[in-house]
Amino acid sequence: MRISGKGMVDRSKPVTFRFDGVPYGGFAGDTVASALLANGVTLMGRSFKYHRPRGVLSAGSEEPNALITVGTGAQQEPNVRATQVEIHDGLSARSQNAWPTLDFDVMAVNDLAAPFLGAGFYYKTFMWPRRFWESIYEPVIRKAAGLGALSGQSNGDTYEKAFGFCDLLVIGAGPAGLMAALTAAQGGADVILADEDSLMGGRLNADSAGVAEQAGSDWAASIVAQLAAMENVRLMPRTTVTGVYDGGTFGALERVNQHHGARSGGAALECFWRITARRSVLAAGAIERPVAFRNNDRPGIMTAGAVRAYVNRWGVAPGKRVAVFCNNDDAHQTARDLEAVGLHVVAVIDSRADAVVEDFDGQVFAGAQVCNAGGRKALESITLRTAGGREETLQVDCLAMSGGWNPTVNLTCHLNGRPAWREDIHAFVPTEGAVPGMAAAGACAGVFSTAGCLADGVKAGKAALQALGRKPVDVDLPAAEDAPYRIAPLWAVAGGGRAWLDFQNDVTVKDVSQAAVENFKSVEHMKRYTTQGMATDQGKNSNVAALAVLADATGRGIPETGTTTFRPPYVPVAIAALGAGSQGHGFAPERWTTSHFRSVEMGAPMIEAGLWYRPSYFPRAGEQTWRESCDREVGYVRNSVGVCDVSTLGKIDIQGPDAAKLLDFVYTNMFSTLKVGRVRYGLMLREDGHVMDDGTCARLGAQHYLMTTTTAAAGAVMRHLEFVTQCLRPDWQVTFTSVTEQWAQFAIAGPQARVLVNEVLDVPIDGESWPFMACGAVTLGGIGGRLFRISFSGEHAYELAVPARFGAALFDELAKRSQALGGGPYGMEALNVLRIEKGFITHAEIEGRTTAFDVGMGRMISAKKDCIGKTMAARPGLVDVNRPQMVGLKPVDAQAKLTAGAHLFDAGVETIRENYQGHVSSVGYSPDLGRMIGLGFVRRGPERMGEVIHLVDRMRGVETEVEICGTVFLDPEGERVRG
Amino acid sequence: MRIECPICGERDRREFYYQGAAVMLARPGDAATEAEWQSYLHLRENPAGRTDELWQHEAGCRAWVVVTRDTTTHVIATVRLATDVAQTREATG
Repeated sequence: MRISGKGMVDRSKPVTFRFDGVPYGGFAGDTVASALLANGVTLMGRSFKYHRPRGVLSAGSEEPNALITVGTGAQQEPNVRATQVEIHDGLSARSQNAWPTLDFDVMAVNDLAAPFLGAGFYYKTFMWPRRFWESIYEPVIRKAAGLGALSGQSNGDTYEKAFGFCDLLVIGAGPAGLMAALTAAQGGADVILADEDSLMGGRLNADSAGVAEQAGSDWAASIVAQLAAMENVRLMPRTTVTGVYDGGTFGALERVNQHHGARSGGAALECFWRITARRSVLAAGAIERPVAFRNNDRPGIMTAGAVRAYVNRWGVAPGKRVAVFCNNDDAHQTARDLEAVGLHVVAVIDSRADAVVEDFDGQVFAGAQVCNAGGRKALESITLRTAGGREETLQVDCLAMSGGWNPTVNLTCHLNGRPAWREDIHAFVPTEGAVPGMAAAGACAGVFSTAGCLADGVKAGKAALQALGRKPVDVDLPAAEDAPYRIAPLWAVAGGGRAWLDFQNDVTVKDVSQAAVENFKSVEHMKRYTTQGMATDQGKNSNVAALAVLADATGRGIPETGTTTFRPPYVPVAIAALGAGSQGHGFAPERWTTSHFRSVEMGAPMIEAGLWYRPSYFPRAGEQTWRESCDREVGYVRNSVGVCDVSTLGKIDIQGPDAAKLLDFVYTNMFSTLKVGRVRYGLMLREDGHVMDDGTCARLGAQHYLMTTTTAAAGAVMRHLEFVTQCLRPDWQVTFTSVTEQWAQFAIAGPQARVLVNEVLDVPIDGESWPFMACGAVTLGGIGGRLFRISFSGEHAYELAVPARFGAALFDELAKRSQALGGGPYGMEALNVLRIEKGFITHAEIEGRTTAFDVGMGRMISAKKDCIGKTMAARPGLVDVNRPQMVGLKPVDAQAKLTAGAHLFDAGVETIRENYQGHVSSVGYSPDLGRMIGLGFVRRGPERMGEVIHLVDRMRGVETEVEICGTVFLDPEGERVRG
Repeated sequence: MRIECPICGERDRREFYYQGAAVMLARPGDAATEAEWQSYLHLRENPAGRTDELWQHEAGCRAWVVVTRDTTTHVIATVRLATDVAQTREATG
């Protein structure tokens, strides 16, 4: 029911939305919860375990009961709090965890079985037969208990991430937060003010208390307007600060577009912020705690502060006959506010015998407690026990309860801080210094009057200015109520029946007591045994009461019992928001070569090589399988000429007087002796003696080298060189930079390679001027390039490099001209076959566990000098002949299939780990040999040439006999490469 | 977590590559024993408190830095260029 003339909703803007398919009306400014209450709907959900009917308990993000699913299909979002969802035209919300309907839920039968479903019931009940757990028990339990469900479809909504920086982050825009932000901003600090509500002002919008002789909400609006006009202030409404991290880093979730009808329109649905702040003020306020009594979860029972909020902010009457049940003075204001708008307050029941409710003429029960609630889907009555012990029943449809307020200390605990117990307010408050640079102010620091909060905010703002090295400014403190906060503890009302502590996970006082009886006396054990505080609300409403009950059951005080650990995030955060932009193509950057577009145009499937994309093969019309294309491309290189983009290999330009020294130190072999204009193959070790990478290195000048790395290890090698020069040899005069992206480089391989090269060079080369392993500068149509006579295929081959901007044009030219010579471009599949046929290694062989000795390059470790990894590579275990060493493998049956990853065993022995002789690292089909061939590692391999060994690949069901052979399958004398 | 790069200023730790203990700076010399190498490569202290670590400002200036950090509070005391630390080490001994 709406209260005429009351509230801050915009009555000129009616809104229609649906809840469980039924259309309801509300106004702009309403939440789903406030609008449903205005329509007389109090049943909003079913509980997690017992499927109890539930209504709204709170008016904020701590809401445990009114969880709804918003949207439909792929866009549906489960478990959002009806107290936070702003209504808009077209909004479709649904209740959760009820079947077939919210009103008639068959699983409510669980409630009848409650005696068997207490804490730990499934640990005890579903113990045997053991195999039933996964197949029967768990699926059934999961189906019966639960919250909302995901759609299972891919969500097309966009999410965003953003980074913010400021001098001062103020968390919460209530009276303390507003004053802290205003003070700091007036002192010139860059301020971010974040508040999870759509409307800033905090309790000032929910309470009737005035500030500076105007309505609290009007005063808040004027301060917000003042802040909004300041250039050094960023206001972030609808933004929940979710976590605190080291070094003044904060996570924050901004709800950007959920409150708009049209989800499209470009804006992201949510934005996850990483905010770096030099100082922070936590002004997160406090959360009112319920009191545990029998059936205290009935729809219509709310916190007293929430009732005030619905009346004052939304102009909604949560009931027609309301009672107030409390243990503190603050809740009395609820009675006064209700009366002020003409609602009938049946009684105020205050557990304190000496309680006096000022400015209230109605019935007061001092020293009384509510001990039961009647009604199932809606509250119909309450039963109270008077100070004299008499029970009395009152007909009410709403109960405003208050067990006091818990300062929202959560964020101060994210860096392992523990809150401190304050006996005078019976609550935990933040420990000073728990988060470096953070000050708590206002209600979250245990200051509960409006005047106190305003003053505390100014104090925090001034302290921040001082810490930032700025001059403090004087800020006028507006006048406001300064009522003392009087409270006597009341956690749970004695008596039978189930009294709820954790509404969301259905944990009762009995469950916590039972945990204590079963010796789960540590608060962390109790939590896990009962699941208290483990739901999506993380126990915001129930943690303190639960540990108070535990303290009572174990005969300890609350401070000795302690709290569980608060961890980020403060509210649930969608993975989609945390990973914004990282789905699909956003997962990792994509690096494309200059020939990428032409390769794709030619139909080449692109495969990933690190972040790079390279063509697998270039299919021709009529080819049925990739193998046909691959065989053809191998043929180009073996018989005429093939062209392949090798730009992805790492290229590091190294210069300086000590360049040669550096190379001698990082490579196992000598580079200081390399002649200018020559290229040498080099092997690089890690300091622990295993192979790191290999590649060629060209000497372009006396003090100028160009190192090539493998595609995959380019980054690691660069970092390694930087480590060596900065950390180990800082005195050397050498500098280097990556030029991988500056040069487009193409392999031109095959008997016709020189013919093709000469077609594009301005000055033709011959075998004498460019022998095998020669390099130097060339020109192509006047453009400066580099030519290297190197080969990864065993054929007469070159690599031709041009500045990257000419790469696409050169690739086109080479592709066209090679085709005219009977060849063409080749992809990774052919490249792999070509190198296996020659026994050249890749990271399939040097996979991090192999040594130079293993790959037959032990003698490449120069005895004349030190190098990285030299000492450790000589360890006996790393040069043991029993180690698996690289060999060639060919199947005895020419038709047999080989697979990389297969294991090798001696013929006739059991194929178990103990009998392992080695494994296969690379395989390919050699068109020249007419069979598959492979490279692999076999114990004592080099001594076992010609031996037949058993190959087993259990994963792919392959088993065959292979012959151990040399690693060079083709042209063992290497005549072609020099030809 | 924020790291103050001596060259670029304060940056998010995501810009940095983490290597490990700064003992990597003290590569054993020619006369080193097997035990010294073993220690250099494989043995690490695991202090509850201050420790020197090697990080690289990989997504920035690419400087290797020695970060002195408290493992219990995550407070960073100093960040020095590894080059400076290595040269001091050489000069002193």
